[in-house]
Amino acid sequence: MEVKVERQIRTGLNGDEAVAYAAYHADVDVIAAYPITPQTIIVERLSEFVHDGLLDAEFIPVESEHSALSAVVGAAASGVRTFTATASQGLALMYEILYIASSLRLPIVMALADRALSALINIHCSHDDAYAARDSGWIEFFAENVQEAYDLVIAAFRVAEDKNISFPAIVNLDGFILSHSIEPLYIYEGQDVVREFLPRREPIVKLDPDKPVTIGALALQNYYIELKRAQAEAFEATPPYIRKILREYSEFSGRKYDFIKKYMIDDADIGFLVLGSTAGTMRHVVRKWREKGRKVGLISLTLYRPFPVDDLRDAVKGLKKLVIMDRSYSFGSPYAQLYMDVAATLYDEPEKPDLINVIYGLGGRDFNEYTAEEMWEKINRPGVKKIWVGVRGD
Amino acid sequence: MADDLKTWRELPVAMIVDQPGNTVEVETGTWRALRPVLDPSKCIKCLICWVYCPDLAIERLEDDSVKINYYYCKGCGICAEECPTKAIQMVEEGV
Repeated sequence: MEVKVERQIRTGLNGDEAVAYAAYHADVDVIAAYPITPQTIIVERLSEFVHDGLLDAEFIPVESEHSALSAVVGAAASGVRTFTATASQGLALMYEILYIASSLRLPIVMALADRALSALINIHCSHDDAYAARDSGWIEFFAENVQEAYDLVIAAFRVAEDKNISFPAIVNLDGFILSHSIEPLYIYEGQDVVREFLPRREPIVKLDPDKPVTIGALALQNYYIELKRAQAEAFEATPPYIRKILREYSEFSGRKYDFIKKYMIDDADIGFLVLGSTAGTMRHVVRKWREKGRKVGLISLTLYRPFPVDDLRDAVKGLKKLVIMDRSYSFGSPYAQLYMDVAATLYDEPEKPDLINVIYGLGGRDFNEYTAEEMWEKINRPGVKKIWVGVRGD
Repeated sequence: MADDLKTWRELPVAMIVDQPGNTVEVETGTWRALRPVLDPSKCIKCLICWVYCPDLAIERLEDDSVKINYYYCKGCGICAEECPTKAIQMVEEGV
């Protein structure tokens, strides 16, 4: 695909700054946020954009993440474009409001600089927080690099606000690995350019004094289950619309976006499935391993919720083995979170690869080509099902 | 009653309630365990019960006498507690 560099600027930004520029270029109306590492730079930059008069938005500095998401829920209900950002413990504190935002079909966009949950206190990358939101009815994207973090935030506004979708969306970027790493990327010249892709929000429902409605009422035994059934139907109907918007964004940006990314997978025997920045590491590793004659390939998910079931079923066809890499752990579950989604996705398929679950990188533990080599050695042991890599003692 | 309930396919988008003021249709009287019973002969028309009732379930009549609205009354007992002449007694429902 041709890179369209007209009206785009080649620059260098870290992931947090790129996200802040994306929200600025999306001409967001209300931002409420509470600083938490490694997301802090996002809201710092946005507060500067607002202070300097570059971005015409209400910036609400709140006393907690619970209040941050509550404030954007209220703002979004009034029909405007809203943004917030958090990580780890902050997401945990937002947890109850996550379900409210999605149930009320409020198209909030949130950047999540993925960070491990305490204890012990850690500020580096795990996908605990991204997984914590997986059942809440938010659309979730994963960025592999800083360019994707920028692009996906802009695309996420179009996706979230689309009349056929109208659900909140999270854009995940790996804490520190992306949030604090400066990478080269293209950004648009400004809001005028982005407005051509992302017009003003037209809400499906809003608070309007001329047409009063109650938002967020009570529903007990006689209605709650019908409301959830309707919500499930609406959420599960979103993938075709999300795909269409990602294709439009690919045309607009000159950078290709879809639900999943495949690398050397079509003729591979062993596939690796990964989320986030490790996709870049694994692409390098897969290329090196191919040179050694190992028939390996890579699948990474750009869309995590709704889970890209059809794309994944198609992508794994012909694989003998699929290694599912989780940067988190689900205590007491048979396997970690991504593995269980994949296992459920493939269970009814007549032919499917053997699955192996790899736990890696918790709390920012580096995953590099040496860790990958350790993983290769472990997954080729007979009868292996679930392994940890990059951990002392195994 | 059950026949009036909508299926999930008929519900308004975003779980909104698009008809304001429909709380009047909710029969909160079915929640009641204790029932306030008024003895008019003891009532001095002070209207304290009318002021104190948190659910507006005490109706004020023309002559400042009162009537209990059992459709809404949840049986909290505040009226009986506050009545200076003990004209309202709480009686167990269903007995």
